[in-house]
Amino acid sequence: MSFQPNMDAAGAAYKTLRDESQKRYDLIAGDEASTVMVGAATCGIAAGAGAVTEAFKNELSALGVEANVFEVGCMGHCYAEPMAVVKRPGYPPFVYHLLDPGKVRRLVRKFFSEEDPYFDIFLGALGDGEDFPTMSMAPRYGHELRRLLKRCGVHDPRDIGQAIALGAYEGFFKSLELGAENVIDQIKSSGLRGLGGAGFLTWRKWTACKEQQADEKYIICNADEGDPGAFMDRTILESDTHAVIAGMMIGGLAVGAEKGRVYVRSEYPLAVERLHKAIDDARAANLLGENILGSGFAFDIRVVMGAGAFVCGEETALLASIEGRRGTPRTKPPFPAESGLWGKPTVINNVKTFANVSAILDEGPEKFAAIGTEASKGTAVFALAGKILNTGLVEVPMGTTLRDVVFDIGGGVPSGKEFKAVQIGGPSGGCVPASLLDTPVDFDALAEAGSMMGSGGMVILDEDNCMVETTRFFLEFLQRESCGKCTFCRIGTKHMLDLLEKIVEGKGEMADIDNLKRLAEDLKAGSLCNLGKTAANPVLTTLRFFRHEYEAHILEQKCPAGECQALTAFYILPDKCARGCDACVGSCPTEAIWTHEKRRTKIVEQDKCVNCGSCLTACPPEYDAIVKISPLRDVPPSEPRPNKEKSLDPD
Amino acid sequence: MIEDEREIVEWVNDFFNDDKDQNLIGALQALQSKFGYLPKIGRKSIAARLNMSPANVHAVATFYNQFRFVPPGKYPIKVCLGTACVVSQGKLILDHWKRRLGIDVGEVTENKEYSLDRVDCVGCCTLAPVTIIGEETFAKMAVTRVDGILLQHQIQREQEARKIAAEKTEEDKSQSEQ
Repeated sequence: MSFQPNMDAAGAAYKTLRDESQKRYDLIAGDEASTVMVGAATCGIAAGAGAVTEAFKNELSALGVEANVFEVGCMGHCYAEPMAVVKRPGYPPFVYHLLDPGKVRRLVRKFFSEEDPYFDIFLGALGDGEDFPTMSMAPRYGHELRRLLKRCGVHDPRDIGQAIALGAYEGFFKSLELGAENVIDQIKSSGLRGLGGAGFLTWRKWTACKEQQADEKYIICNADEGDPGAFMDRTILESDTHAVIAGMMIGGLAVGAEKGRVYVRSEYPLAVERLHKAIDDARAANLLGENILGSGFAFDIRVVMGAGAFVCGEETALLASIEGRRGTPRTKPPFPAESGLWGKPTVINNVKTFANVSAILDEGPEKFAAIGTEASKGTAVFALAGKILNTGLVEVPMGTTLRDVVFDIGGGVPSGKEFKAVQIGGPSGGCVPASLLDTPVDFDALAEAGSMMGSGGMVILDEDNCMVETTRFFLEFLQRESCGKCTFCRIGTKHMLDLLEKIVEGKGEMADIDNLKRLAEDLKAGSLCNLGKTAANPVLTTLRFFRHEYEAHILEQKCPAGECQALTAFYILPDKCARGCDACVGSCPTEAIWTHEKRRTKIVEQDKCVNCGSCLTACPPEYDAIVKISPLRDVPPSEPRPNKEKSLDPD
Repeated sequence: MIEDEREIVEWVNDFFNDDKDQNLIGALQALQSKFGYLPKIGRKSIAARLNMSPANVHAVATFYNQFRFVPPGKYPIKVCLGTACVVSQGKLILDHWKRRLGIDVGEVTENKEYSLDRVDCVGCCTLAPVTIIGEETFAKMAVTRVDGILLQHQIQREQEARKIAAEKTEEDKSQSEQ
């Protein structure tokens, strides 16, 4: 006998809540109000959003303008932070970017007293319209489809009223009306696959948990975004907190669980703070706790902070960690849906999956199923970082090609450098080279290219990045983060790291490549969880596509990208050096560059140089006198630095 | 038992009297956020309260990256080495902090001003490479900015020292006048 909510009471309570919130929202952000929304998720704050908000408040009140200034989440354009949306009656909402308090002062003066929208720092207008250039005219909007991110950056996630007015709890209310049985049917017909990496069908997990008979069940939101280089979950938690909470409530209703846990990394203090606030507010609004909205349904959420362990993203390790033990995975079955937290049936899903659940129940499964490819429905959220112009968060339909994501949306590689590879899926994923850029992003196509969807981190590498060194970094990470339970993972990753260290130092042999491959297979066969099973992925994909780089390191002691410190040197071309200029000397952190007394050219003292590349950046482009040379034997001999050079110091 | 240790033990007792959850990791996190690290006596009293061996507590504490066993410096420096920071030369930033502070990762300078740690990703990948000092995030770091930050701290210290010296001479003067 499944649970029958009291819909009369819940319907009335939800309507009141929604109407009140809408009224308040219209007052502060409606058509008649002047509103300033400053993007203040972690990246916005680091870029200086706090000072920008203050400047808006001070300047507007100095002018005597009545306007609501508040901080919102992330709009996804992290490269343009700090940014703000300024909305005035009579104008469409304008987006301004790269703000600082000085620009804010000028903007407020010009726009609010001179009616000049100050196009110098203008990014675009929101919405459609022909009077002003709109954001939607940029090429990235031809590809982007903001479903999960639609509320991110347009409301204050700390204000539950704004979230309700924008429909964050709409999906939950509709699932109350539908009843538990139908909720899972809706998820099933949407075809939603878990977005934490493995891509398991969500409805299967939920059904398995629902069928269990138990006095207690748990819903766990996995926000242990351990992949270095990924920040989708952080952004969604910080910018649309209530959508995640509502998704968990829907899960609780569907499987009959009354307790929820959010397992969030301690490295995300802002996300933790906003979660606590959102949960408290939801309790106060009777959206969490006993007898939610009078329906008789009970659900409550607690936040559990992770303590920093990559392996805790694995579900059984995550359970061990919540129970207060070392986060080591265990064998499955039993699956968490049968025996999870404290031995009770448990559903564990990723942040994005819960946000998707909210959206599917709100908009209906047909809309979701219509987007994407045959086997991968809906949209994918990617975090773009590394050597790319428009860093930030993008949401595209599944099946969009990598080329579109990297070049049309991301704007390609900056400073005219050449694109080399895109690393997808973190340490367990792989590198996709330029030749495979037409691969569509969906679970199966990426797996075919040797990578994986992962949680959605995309780091772009350019010609200056050495693939062997990048692989070494991943192995170092995985070796450190291996929990140590399985011998092959614990010792195998260490051996692979040792081999890679040998190669980047130019001491490798060709047999090392075969050994790496052999170890890769053993690791896959001998490890319990996906950390070990996929630990060889970075090695295998780089060997598949960039074998020539490995061979250059081994056979020629040469790093083609000029990144490996042991194989690269900086050299100043004497005939290009401007002699009178001291830019490189001043930029060198180790005082390795000296001036030849007679010729006045600059010379790098190789023993002191730490290969930081500051001089390369400092050398004015019209001289362009500094080059990276690899292998070391190609570096022309330089005169030794005379001792008295040191006594020339002005002191 | 010295005074500091008594304070820690009392804090642990108060914590468990308030907290109904009795979770080991939660208790360690609270202990660290209060004292900046996990003092041995604190780990021991947590073990006693949870009815487990100190070795068990140690096993859990050493498993997770978050926990530290020595007090942090006045400026705890954390250098991010996530993928985005690494491809943007974050390693050189870490090397430069090491060189300038004269300490290795996990150590504290002799004057207890700085401690140096690496973190695996703070999710500010768009601002790479990143260094976090205390609560503040420094975006788009460069080796020369490391020097700049240290210089700024040094100037602050000198200003404070001068202020204290000036106050002291003022005091001395007023005393001698009396």
